[in-house]
Amino acid sequence: MKLTPVITQHWDDPTLYTLDGYKSHGGYEALTKALKSDPDSIITTIKDSGLRGRGGAGFPTGLKWSFVPQNDGKPHYLVVNADESEPGACKDIPIMMANPHALVEGVIITSFAIRANHAFIYIRGEVPAAIRKVAYAIKQAREAGLLGKNIHGSGFDLEVTVHSGAGAYICGEETALLDSLEGYRGQPRLKPPFPAVAGLYSSPTVINNVETIANIPYIINRGVEWFRQFGTEKSPGFKVFAVSGHVQRPGIYEAPLGITMRELLDYAGGMRPGAELKFWIPGGSSVPMLTADHLDLPLTYEAMAEAGTMLGTGTPMVFDHTVSVVKAVTRWLEFYKHESCGKCTPCREGTYWITGVLEKFEHGHGTENEMETLTTLCGQIAGRSFCALGDAAATPYPAAMKYFSHEFTAATHTSADEQFDPIASYVFSGARA
Amino acid sequence: MTITNHTEKVDSVSVVIDGVEMEVPKGTLVIRAAEQIGIEIPRFCDHPLLVPVANCRACLIEIDGVPKPQPACAQVLSEGMNVRTQRSSEMARVAQEGVMEFLLANHPLDCAICDKGGECPLQNQAMSSGHSESRFDGEKRRFPKPINVNAEVLLDRERCVSCARCTRFADEIAGDASLELLERGAQQQVGTANDEPFDSYFSGNVVQICPVGALTSASYRFRSRPFDLVSVPTTCEHCASGCSLRTDHRRGTVTRRLAWDDPEVNEEWSCDKGRFAFAYLTSGRIDSPLIRENGELRSASWPEAMHFAAAGLAAAAGSTAVLVGGRATSEDAYAYSKFSRVVLGSDNIDFRARATSTEEVEFLAAHVAGKQLELTYVDVESASQVVLVGCEPEDESPILFLRLRKGVKKGVRVHTVGPLYSLGSEKLSAHWIQAKAGSEAQVLASLDSEVVNALDGTSIIFVGERAATSPGSLSAVVELGAKTGARIAWVPRRAGERGALEAGALAGLLPGGHPNTDSTARAHVARAWNVEVDALPSGGLTGTELITAIASGTFTAVLTAGIDPGDLPNGNELIAGIESADFVVALENHHSEITQRASVVFPVAVVTEKSGSFMNWEGRSKSFSAAFRDALTLSDAGVLSMLASAMGTQLDGDTRELRKELTALGTWMGPRPQVKRVAANPTAGITLATWRLLIDSGVLQEGEPHLAATARPSVVTISSAMFDQLNQPELITVTGPNGSITLPVHVGEVEGDSVWLAMNSPDSHIYQQLGCGYGESVTVQGGAA
Amino acid sequence: MSQRNEQHVISEATRLKMRELAGRYPNPRSALLPMLHLVQAEQDEVTTEGMAACAEELDITSAEVTAVATFYTMYKYSPVGRHHIGVCINTLCGLLGGDAVYERVAERLGASHNGPSTDGNFWLERIECQAACTHAPVMTVDWEFMDDVTPQSAIALIDKLASGEEVWSTRGPMIRDFQATEHTLAMAEDDLATIGNCVDEKMLAGLKIAKSGAQQ
Repeated sequence: MKLTPVITQHWDDPTLYTLDGYKSHGGYEALTKALKSDPDSIITTIKDSGLRGRGGAGFPTGLKWSFVPQNDGKPHYLVVNADESEPGACKDIPIMMANPHALVEGVIITSFAIRANHAFIYIRGEVPAAIRKVAYAIKQAREAGLLGKNIHGSGFDLEVTVHSGAGAYICGEETALLDSLEGYRGQPRLKPPFPAVAGLYSSPTVINNVETIANIPYIINRGVEWFRQFGTEKSPGFKVFAVSGHVQRPGIYEAPLGITMRELLDYAGGMRPGAELKFWIPGGSSVPMLTADHLDLPLTYEAMAEAGTMLGTGTPMVFDHTVSVVKAVTRWLEFYKHESCGKCTPCREGTYWITGVLEKFEHGHGTENEMETLTTLCGQIAGRSFCALGDAAATPYPAAMKYFSHEFTAATHTSADEQFDPIASYVFSGARA
Repeated sequence: MTITNHTEKVDSVSVVIDGVEMEVPKGTLVIRAAEQIGIEIPRFCDHPLLVPVANCRACLIEIDGVPKPQPACAQVLSEGMNVRTQRSSEMARVAQEGVMEFLLANHPLDCAICDKGGECPLQNQAMSSGHSESRFDGEKRRFPKPINVNAEVLLDRERCVSCARCTRFADEIAGDASLELLERGAQQQVGTANDEPFDSYFSGNVVQICPVGALTSASYRFRSRPFDLVSVPTTCEHCASGCSLRTDHRRGTVTRRLAWDDPEVNEEWSCDKGRFAFAYLTSGRIDSPLIRENGELRSASWPEAMHFAAAGLAAAAGSTAVLVGGRATSEDAYAYSKFSRVVLGSDNIDFRARATSTEEVEFLAAHVAGKQLELTYVDVESASQVVLVGCEPEDESPILFLRLRKGVKKGVRVHTVGPLYSLGSEKLSAHWIQAKAGSEAQVLASLDSEVVNALDGTSIIFVGERAATSPGSLSAVVELGAKTGARIAWVPRRAGERGALEAGALAGLLPGGHPNTDSTARAHVARAWNVEVDALPSGGLTGTELITAIASGTFTAVLTAGIDPGDLPNGNELIAGIESADFVVALENHHSEITQRASVVFPVAVVTEKSGSFMNWEGRSKSFSAAFRDALTLSDAGVLSMLASAMGTQLDGDTRELRKELTALGTWMGPRPQVKRVAANPTAGITLATWRLLIDSGVLQEGEPHLAATARPSVVTISSAMFDQLNQPELITVTGPNGSITLPVHVGEVEGDSVWLAMNSPDSHIYQQLGCGYGESVTVQGGAA
Repeated sequence: MSQRNEQHVISEATRLKMRELAGRYPNPRSALLPMLHLVQAEQDEVTTEGMAACAEELDITSAEVTAVATFYTMYKYSPVGRHHIGVCINTLCGLLGGDAVYERVAERLGASHNGPSTDGNFWLERIECQAACTHAPVMTVDWEFMDDVTPQSAIALIDKLASGEEVWSTRGPMIRDFQATEHTLAMAEDDLATIGNCVDEKMLAGLKIAKSGAQQ
């Protein structure tokens, strides 16, 4: 399947991040078009396009927009989730750094459609590089009358505020993000009410991922038919895939949904010399790992679900034969333990407990009994935690056990580093010296 | 089995829980519905009075058609829902056990040395739905133990299960967001800001609602085991809120007090004074009758003292003044009321040991006495507007304050008329109607039409004891009520005042609001008391006039009960009067300026040693029985009964009999005297704004240093304009006729010509140090005097 | 007033910026996270006084501010020094060599995780995924990207920073210092957007293939 650069099409133009650069490639034409149409028709277009959220869950975007009650007399808000922090996910930050106006244009169109007059872009605090580019794009857009009062004479007003986070993976969970944006601890909210009804400041709110919003101008400009020619019925469109790990050319590859991992791997130059693929994860550490046996599956929401995993953020991490699965899983759990917000018991206590046990395995001190304990502990979190972070934390171990239980068995007597020389998995040489 | 709730069909839903068909009101939570049919679902974060958060996950249950277990504490039942709890669902049972295992993983399991041991929800639920062996063998979280979140409340962080009941209470109920969850993940812990304690009048509640032993009180920590305690219900004696409390005692000593669940009054809360101020019950008690001989008090036997007192009082027949402090039970107050009229032949009686006015007497007779439960806590929640006049609920009726907060969340708008926008006002999001101290009447007469128009039949005007010190304000309140339909409630500060009013412990007013000026009323009471109408004294003095009369030697004898002259603006006058009176009988449980000068002193029972009742501001009578039934002390009524007997009259001293008598007297339904309009008379210049803080130097709070340490600091609060005018001094000196008070300045929202001081706090004793009171003229200067 | 107070008093200029931030939102409290970044921009750490200033500006309690501040890992409670050094040790970066980078950097700085260097000029932190996995192992200096590091390149970088030489982010502008970055985060803007290249070969990997026509 061919690569189809759309969002990434002009990233080689060093002026793309400027208003002029973006406009020279047809930027803001979609906005002009959108402002002339009826907001509801934009919602319909996005519904018809079948665009699904690119943040991980894949919820239909147009449907999400349509949940916002109209004529309710309350302010509406658009919040862009730019808190990309999931291990393995690295596509929103590059979009904001290279093509921030696509995001801004998408924000304006989306706000117009859902009748929001104030949009917020919540960017994780650890990436000033993305924050300054988006802020600059907004500044230029404002100066050009693309933001502010009465945009292009449409009577539509919009303010966009860039908001920096401060270090909390949990804020990628949409209700935790809202609490954080309101100046509270970023802990998830009890639902219902759902954000579409009572979100930011208890007002109807749409929360969309950066890549989702960056898709909007292209769909509005080129139409539903164009969009649907890519991908599948259930996973239409294209995706900014970011391939990382032990491949020859890690990087950004934009392709239609439905491309296989084998194809992506080929584009990325294959595994590094002499290496064999051991396992890969389609979209972030929260989705179960797959092996070389799954390389020919189409990367779509439905095919990944069928294989017992998820497309997630669509940012495959590829690990070769030098990697200890025990060590990889332990490290992910250390991450979840570090990022657990503390609100609910299963996630707070479960990640603490599981991490401790996994660390024993990493050092070669696990027991057969504890392999069973880990399985039940993961079961005690999955489906019982307050939000999806708990579910995510309960994912790596069972997934790894499906294919690599022998490594855990070995870790009852041999440490991960003895099983796999850590230096062998480094992507540089000379570490031993 | 079908359980039907008798609510309107349209407002209910049919559901099934563990096979039991039920109809419950719409909006009912699974956990509450399950309770109704006796199914106890484990829970830690759930509290019926707090907003559901579903964070502990202990209550997971199964719902047919829902793939994942759901939290029963947050799941609203909908029509046709089929719920399976741990009793009928493997999914629910396993989920609950899993959560319990997680909760115990990091818990120290130090039950043997934990105060909560024996009454601990975690311990109990671990026994009922946990495993006996833990699979966790890692290193448990450790924290240096324990830390004080304030002077009274300690926190052992390793025991905490992060249910957030305490922080939610602080924020949602008390409005004191100074106790918070800090850090995150496994390190999440309850705490405060770096240098600031959990600042709340309600902090003890977090100890009570903590489902583990993480929060304990300094006063009870390591004192006893719950199973060694005897628990008895009681009514709080500290204010007129009328809280139901539980007194726990062991070997004749009260070890702690807890809030008792009284949905109509205090729900499940109490203030820290009610909870912690009980050391006075045991320490410093007068333990035997005393009589004065050669100028010195000496112990005497009961018969000797009784004989001595009877002789002295008999000699003063018809010329005795009776001062009943505001802390008497209704029954004791009634005994004084009757004793004064029937035995002493005197109508010169007053229960108001504080600043008063004649206007107040008229107001009480016209609008309060004999009117019970016309306005209740429930009405507070549904009022459209609430106006506070001379009333500071957070300090003076803390449970009313909590109910007001609840109302505010439901849309009640609170207006506060006064010189200071207090912390309490802030927490009620109150609209401040500025009034210079003493000028309330003027301000009420010229209220914004917006406020006046908003008042309607569901509105309530709360007037506090301070209204008596602002001339014309009570008559202005009456006028405002008449004009708008707003109803009026009087909120006295002391627990006994409302009951004493009902008992007729006030000159001119007989029990049940019967006017002592109305012949029908007099005849009715005389008949009940079995005396001739003509023998029923009338025309007694009240308030300041009564004290002045005592001071000027008008009376031969004085009978006092629960009186601290320091509570009176003219306390020195009273002391002088007591000193010069021929004969003074004091019924007290602690020594005071009065007992030191009395001719005879009778020790009386404290609340734990007698039964009785207190009537709260609603006019709700809340009875209680003795915690220590074998106490040898006599109630006031018991002493009066013996005295009466020694003086040749029969007077019942039994609480139950007195209650029966009082009830049988009924309430006056006839015409009431009208409140004569009193003109506003604000003082020129700078006036003093003051009231008693909840935690202060009050005598009933003695002996509890942890509680005292939570008191608000003594300061002089002035407006920023005055602060600037005085060149921003660090100290302020306020001067009255008697002298000065110098304290650190606090710039607050104060009316420009008022200066605020705590009435009776450390280094801020208004009457003694300044010699003037609320609304009276003072001078203010920067720096020390 | 103690010396500590004098040192940590929040300047009027910062107060003005705090108010500006509060004005950006329908509800001022939303500005709390940016305001705490601003405290770090001025004071190199989140001080008690800084939290008190936030509380005052937003009319909330210091406890409420503390609750929020301690939740987020970017806020530090002792001086960070001139530069914040982050080394990603999450699975992908760590296993691809981040672990070795971290070890060498820690050794060079004499620092342990989330703590200052011996000389107090640096702060070292094992950071979680930085959303740059394509550029693993990733390091950050004052949160600016330093992609594809090796232990050698990381040490060379630290040496340059230590000696005050100009250092550029691999995808961004030249390195300033921790407080300057915190200012950028607080105000969510700076004047560096046009400086430095944000797009590198890895971000263009797919585009190049598509344009070269070397497609399947």
